Amino acid sequence: MKRLPWWLRDLIYGAIFIAVLIGASYGMDAIHIAGIAYYQRIVVLMGINIILAVSLNIINGHAGQFSLGHAGFMAIGAYFAAFLTYFYFAPYVNRFPAGTEQWVLQNALLLVAVLLGGALAALAGYLVGLPSLRLRGDYLAIVTLGFGEIIRVVILNIDKIGAARGFTGIPNWANFFWVYLFCGITILISWRLVQSSVGRAFLAIREDEIAAEAMGVDATKYKVKAFIIGSFMAGVSGGLFAHFMMYLNPDMFRFLRSFEVVVMVVLGGLGSISGSIVAAIILTYLPEGLRLAKPFLHIEKDPRMVIYSIMLIVLMLTRPQGLLGRRELWQVLKRRKDAPKEEPDAAARN
Amino acid sequence: MCAHSLQGIAVMRPNFLKSFTIIAAVLLAGCPPKSEVGGGGGGNAANSGGDILIGEYGSLTGAQATFGQSTHNAIMMAVDEINGTGGINGRKIKVITEDDQSKQEEAANAVTKLISQNGVLAILGEVASSNSLAAAPICQSNKVPMITPSSTNPEVTKKGDYIFRVCFTDDYQGENIARYAATQLHIKRAAILTDVKNDYSTGLTTTIERVFTSLGGQIVAKQSYSNGDSDFRSQLTAVRTQNPEAIFVPGYYTDVGQIAIQARDLGMKQPLLGGDGWESPKLIEIGGKALEGSMYTNHYFYADPTPVVRNFVQRYRDRYGAIPDGMAALGYDAAHVLADAIKRAKKLDGPSLRDAIAATRNFQGVTGTINIGPDRNAVGKKIIIEEVKNGQLALKATIEPTASATPTATAAQ
Amino acid sequence: MQAFLQNLLNGIAVGAIYALIALGYTMVYGILKLINFAHGDVFMLGSFVGYYAGRFAIAHMQDTSGTWTSWFVAGAIMLLAMMTCGLFGYLNERIAYRPLRNAPRIASLITAIGVSFFLEYGGQFVFGPDPKFFPELVEKHVLQFGGITTTNYQLIVLVVAIIFMAILQYIVYGTKFGRAMRAVSFSYESASLMGIPTDRIISLTFVLGSALAAVAGILQGLSYPKIDPLMGILPGLKAFVAAVLGGIGNVPGAVVGGLLIGVIESFVSGSRFSNFTPAIAFVILIGILLFRPSGLFGKYEAEKV
Repeated sequence: MKRLPWWLRDLIYGAIFIAVLIGASYGMDAIHIAGIAYYQRIVVLMGINIILAVSLNIINGHAGQFSLGHAGFMAIGAYFAAFLTYFYFAPYVNRFPAGTEQWVLQNALLLVAVLLGGALAALAGYLVGLPSLRLRGDYLAIVTLGFGEIIRVVILNIDKIGAARGFTGIPNWANFFWVYLFCGITILISWRLVQSSVGRAFLAIREDEIAAEAMGVDATKYKVKAFIIGSFMAGVSGGLFAHFMMYLNPDMFRFLRSFEVVVMVVLGGLGSISGSIVAAIILTYLPEGLRLAKPFLHIEKDPRMVIYSIMLIVLMLTRPQGLLGRRELWQVLKRRKDAPKEEPDAAARN
Repeated sequence: MCAHSLQGIAVMRPNFLKSFTIIAAVLLAGCPPKSEVGGGGGGNAANSGGDILIGEYGSLTGAQATFGQSTHNAIMMAVDEINGTGGINGRKIKVITEDDQSKQEEAANAVTKLISQNGVLAILGEVASSNSLAAAPICQSNKVPMITPSSTNPEVTKKGDYIFRVCFTDDYQGENIARYAATQLHIKRAAILTDVKNDYSTGLTTTIERVFTSLGGQIVAKQSYSNGDSDFRSQLTAVRTQNPEAIFVPGYYTDVGQIAIQARDLGMKQPLLGGDGWESPKLIEIGGKALEGSMYTNHYFYADPTPVVRNFVQRYRDRYGAIPDGMAALGYDAAHVLADAIKRAKKLDGPSLRDAIAATRNFQGVTGTINIGPDRNAVGKKIIIEEVKNGQLALKATIEPTASATPTATAAQ
Repeated sequence: MQAFLQNLLNGIAVGAIYALIALGYTMVYGILKLINFAHGDVFMLGSFVGYYAGRFAIAHMQDTSGTWTSWFVAGAIMLLAMMTCGLFGYLNERIAYRPLRNAPRIASLITAIGVSFFLEYGGQFVFGPDPKFFPELVEKHVLQFGGITTTNYQLIVLVVAIIFMAILQYIVYGTKFGRAMRAVSFSYESASLMGIPTDRIISLTFVLGSALAAVAGILQGLSYPKIDPLMGILPGLKAFVAAVLGGIGNVPGAVVGGLLIGVIESFVSGSRFSNFTPAIAFVILIGILLFRPSGLFGKYEAEKV
């Protein structure tokens, strides 16, 4: 059979994906096993972390820039989307009686709010990226950390969106479907990006920026592009987060959160999309798993952060490429299946 | 980035991935939904005639750990007392506690777990308003009543009709400390030092400023700091130049003590005035002599000779070896209010319990008489003003509900 | 005018502590081109050593406040803190940083962050997250002159800081070790070719930097008695900004940077804009990196291919 044109293939896959999501969504709502709500909550939080990790992977992994300010972009997306919903969209939607029309409107406006949040975050990414990306690795890290903190302090001082009090009353419009839909979109964008010419430019910059420049790749332009795309997705995840938590507080977006996302990306392997996904899933589950395991382990205090830091150090010393290195999960599994004598070559090539 | 690739360094260890996956799988498999901690059903587990399950979430670790610990201790003591006299209608209360590490997200997760995994009938918590604000929507949407013992931010009970509180609000205490300063201490010129990282502090500041100026007072200096700062001299220097008669410091005890010391170091003699965030056994330990003559509003006075307070303090002291602070007193009252409501509730489910809590009138607690008003706050609670005298906390004034002013627009919700 | 001078004095006292920490950052970066994220937490460690040692001393000795003995005890505690932190700095370098010397910088950076978090949260785990109250090692006196009020603590901070900076200056510019340190920071390969034991020199740098951070920690505990395991984050970051401001790798620059940051902070937090004080250090950092990345005293180094 002749291969379908790429856009038709994408459309079909996309439709299947959405159908699966809708099915899973309804399925999750239909399950009434006791205690499932807690796990459903964790699953949604995993989705948000996946978006964060994959988007940071574009900046840190593919383009090789060390950004420590991802939480700041998430915050911008979260607060802006919440602002739009709370002050404009929700009052409008609530004027309609409950029913299909209202449901459609609500979801459409959620989409708008989240995308606009992402757009503002992308703008912030541009503004942050442009001056900073002239800097070298470690400096860039500190500057992005600084920007993340500045963003947080600015939000802390805007009274209209709650300042230190926090932003309450955000309607619970985000759910499994939306979060995982954007997961899919993020993964798709990331995957397609890395295979495109833009992605190749990223990889070139990552490997050796000066050589890339010598080859005619405008490093700053591409670095800024990576920042914009990464921060857009971070903003989107923030908007979804806002509509899921129903409450925002600047404390949720401290350096600690940026750090957690960095740990996910590094653990999964800088440059590996599936690695980021796997790590995000594991690390989202870990605190809750520890919470459930606490009665058995007889510890009162939370050792999670101590474990994280030790794990990070050990990881860097023994296996700095993380779980999957730069390869994707299917490449790792495929390599296993292939004959062992191919391994040395594969290792060298990777 | 330089030319080396991260992968080039480490030797390929194919077994690492395998062993990691195995370990991860074991960890994950080892934590399936366990129902041995309590009822396996939904919110109606209590109906089946076993222990009545109550959930508690609080900051047992993290920055606000002392608040959470005090509250937790008091709640456990209250529950043991109730169980000791036979429980409620013959059934004992069992408290399931979750730590939220002083983080809002964890508060939301903790409450979700309590409701969906443990099937609790009601929830007690939290002290910090931001954590209560994160958890309240979840309790509300699941129709599980929540009573916060000490969250004073007015927003908390506005989250829904299942959210209650047994303490006064920031509007109320801010108004009263400002009024007391203006009318009883005859202070005309004051300064305010706000903790901008802290919603409690910023909320109180707004109320204090409004009420103080409406009573003819003048705020001559407004400065801010961040929770956790160590140096306040610049702000205090700016305040010093304006020479106020008193300084309002509506912050947490950890910073207030230092502020007092540094103010005295700068030669400033004005008394400091604050709210219940000062309440902690460590306040005087940190601030020492510098706090002499300073005052703050509180929920109860530990040396109050009335029997209900005296017994409470004695029992807490016997059990935990420390004098209970305001958070403990409120935790105790919240637990008893809940138990009282459970006793009165027509059925042991969310809606009936909610109605019973809302109908709480004239409940005699350690922190005074508790009447749950139409906005689900404890109305007309008495306010204690404590003063640091000779290195100890002394009772300066008690403001009874009848003596307090007519509610302002925001207080009357 | 009075407020101006008061703020200036406060700023210098705070800045002196930042300067001591910044010295550690700048020395390590000069030698290894590594931002030692964990350095701020070594400062915290110094404070806690002082806390426990001070409590021990007060519990087991008679009340000697105001006498020469109390100064001696304070000095001994400071020495103990310096040795402990120096040891930690040495171990840190050996265990966490040395194996990654040839790895790409991002690995060392991540490891440094890991060590930092380990100290912070491990500290919370071991010491408890609640703030502790540093004992009063030396009796406090309030002094007034010319309308400015200060305490003898602020003067102690200034004097001690100056003494240690002078000692460091001597070590770096007047001893063989110092010369070796400067050689290694100029060019690692050439220095090792010249027979300088680079590993030992690097260890020494870490030990020196950590010892200075310990001094800063003790001074901080003395001046601002509230200590907790997370106290090192913000001063660490500000000290890093100070080091960059002065020109990272430049020893006198770190001192100037620290004092400047302290003074700027002091004036900003006493002004109308005190809300934004937490962000000030970062704004300065971004400003420097955009407009003068080599700092006040650094030279611009072109990156050679």
